[in-house]
Amino acid sequence: MARKDFLDIVSLDRAEIIHLLDQAVPFKDLFTRSVKKVPALKGKTVLMLFYEPSTRTLSSFEVAAKRLSADVTIFDVPHSSVTKGESVRDTIDTLQAMRADYIVVRHRLSGQPAAIARQTNASVINAGDGAHAHPTQALLDAFTLREVYPEMAGRKVVIMGDILHSRVARSTSTILKKLGVEVAFCGPGSLVPKTRFRRFTNYDDAMKWGPDAIYLLRVQKERQEAPFYPSDREYHSVFGITEERLKRISDEGIYVMHPGPINRGVELCDGVLDYERCLISQQVENGIAARMAVLFGLKPKIS
Amino acid sequence: MSIALAPSAISTAITRLADQIFLAADGNEIDLVGIRSRGDEVAERVFELMKEMGAKVRLGVLDISLYRDDYEHLSSNPTLQSSQIDFPVDGSHVVLVDDVIFTGRTIRAALDALFDYGRPAKIDLAVLIDRGHREIPIEPRFIGETLRTDRMDRVDVSLQKTDGKESVEIITQ
Repeated sequence: MARKDFLDIVSLDRAEIIHLLDQAVPFKDLFTRSVKKVPALKGKTVLMLFYEPSTRTLSSFEVAAKRLSADVTIFDVPHSSVTKGESVRDTIDTLQAMRADYIVVRHRLSGQPAAIARQTNASVINAGDGAHAHPTQALLDAFTLREVYPEMAGRKVVIMGDILHSRVARSTSTILKKLGVEVAFCGPGSLVPKTRFRRFTNYDDAMKWGPDAIYLLRVQKERQEAPFYPSDREYHSVFGITEERLKRISDEGIYVMHPGPINRGVELCDGVLDYERCLISQQVENGIAARMAVLFGLKPKIS
Repeated sequence: MSIALAPSAISTAITRLADQIFLAADGNEIDLVGIRSRGDEVAERVFELMKEMGAKVRLGVLDISLYRDDYEHLSSNPTLQSSQIDFPVDGSHVVLVDDVIFTGRTIRAALDALFDYGRPAKIDLAVLIDRGHREIPIEPRFIGETLRTDRMDRVDVSLQKTDGKESVEIITQ
């Protein structure tokens, strides 16, 4: 029996994750055809409900849904009646009347997609909620890493940056752990919580651990009331991939990942984007395939 | 349950398909495209036989899970596998290959899928078994064996590589 909703990684077991990763492969194969579209969700409606601005994730879901032949409606929240004081609950009732089959939700509050999922028969996909989860990002990250390391178990990945406030760090570390990957967090001491994962507060220490991939988190300027570092240049020199560090990364053949959008000169220098083991553009392409697999795998409770 | 075809009869039917397609090709290139699952195995065996005959033939595999018209009635969506058509189908003579033709809906889906790969000059259909009861106007040109069945019967095909045994059974409901 298929799931109705896709809300987090924690509640998926290893077999389900492997199944989703396997399913994403034939979707990616479609991208090399001249017709990239398949009729699997013909006549279905996918509603994008983004309470928080996002260009990449929204576009990625939109492309994924359209390649499955679904009709896509973007519910433009900042300009909608939500700003006029309509509650999420009332919004959902309105949307329910529109008979959407799938609702993709992004919200600044943790747990809001799950709350919506309980109120609707449509399948709800969490596209990021607060610092809680970003499960489709995690899936595409795992898919991307699996393309370069088909046997993932035992590989080492260090996630770098503001771990504490990052839903990407949370979901991606969880999925990698379930796949047997060793995960470490690295960042400023106050922003790296003590968890079951290895913890570094210094870039060089993390590198000595011998990672197979470095996952750079985006510095989220918009989320920080008080920045944890004095300047972009300071962050770059302490936790960023500088030209000098890139040389060592290249010598050791370490892969570089980033969820986007990147801040040049902050998390990474320009040279990283030309580095042959930089996986950032693959992550974008794989994001579409992974989201197609998620949409196709869910079953709305529509009679 | 009754055994409709024994292993030797299955081999004979596959050889019959290869002979018919070889004659129809008349020396021209043929692209065999097998429909998962089991149509791919039938296609592969026809392909091997045709190569021995000296035919110009290529082999592809089509997964039609994304083109089905019955998702609504399934409790979970089918497991996808990759299609593999490594040659351009534009202008080619494609022979779709499946194990059993029943209502014809699978073939409709396969045609839709195939057209998304390009525009073949000609498409024919070859089936190991025609069990009748069509619901749409699609008919095979090449048939390995025709079986008389009831609308409610199930026809189970097992092939060596996919199932580890060879048989065709009719299961009466």
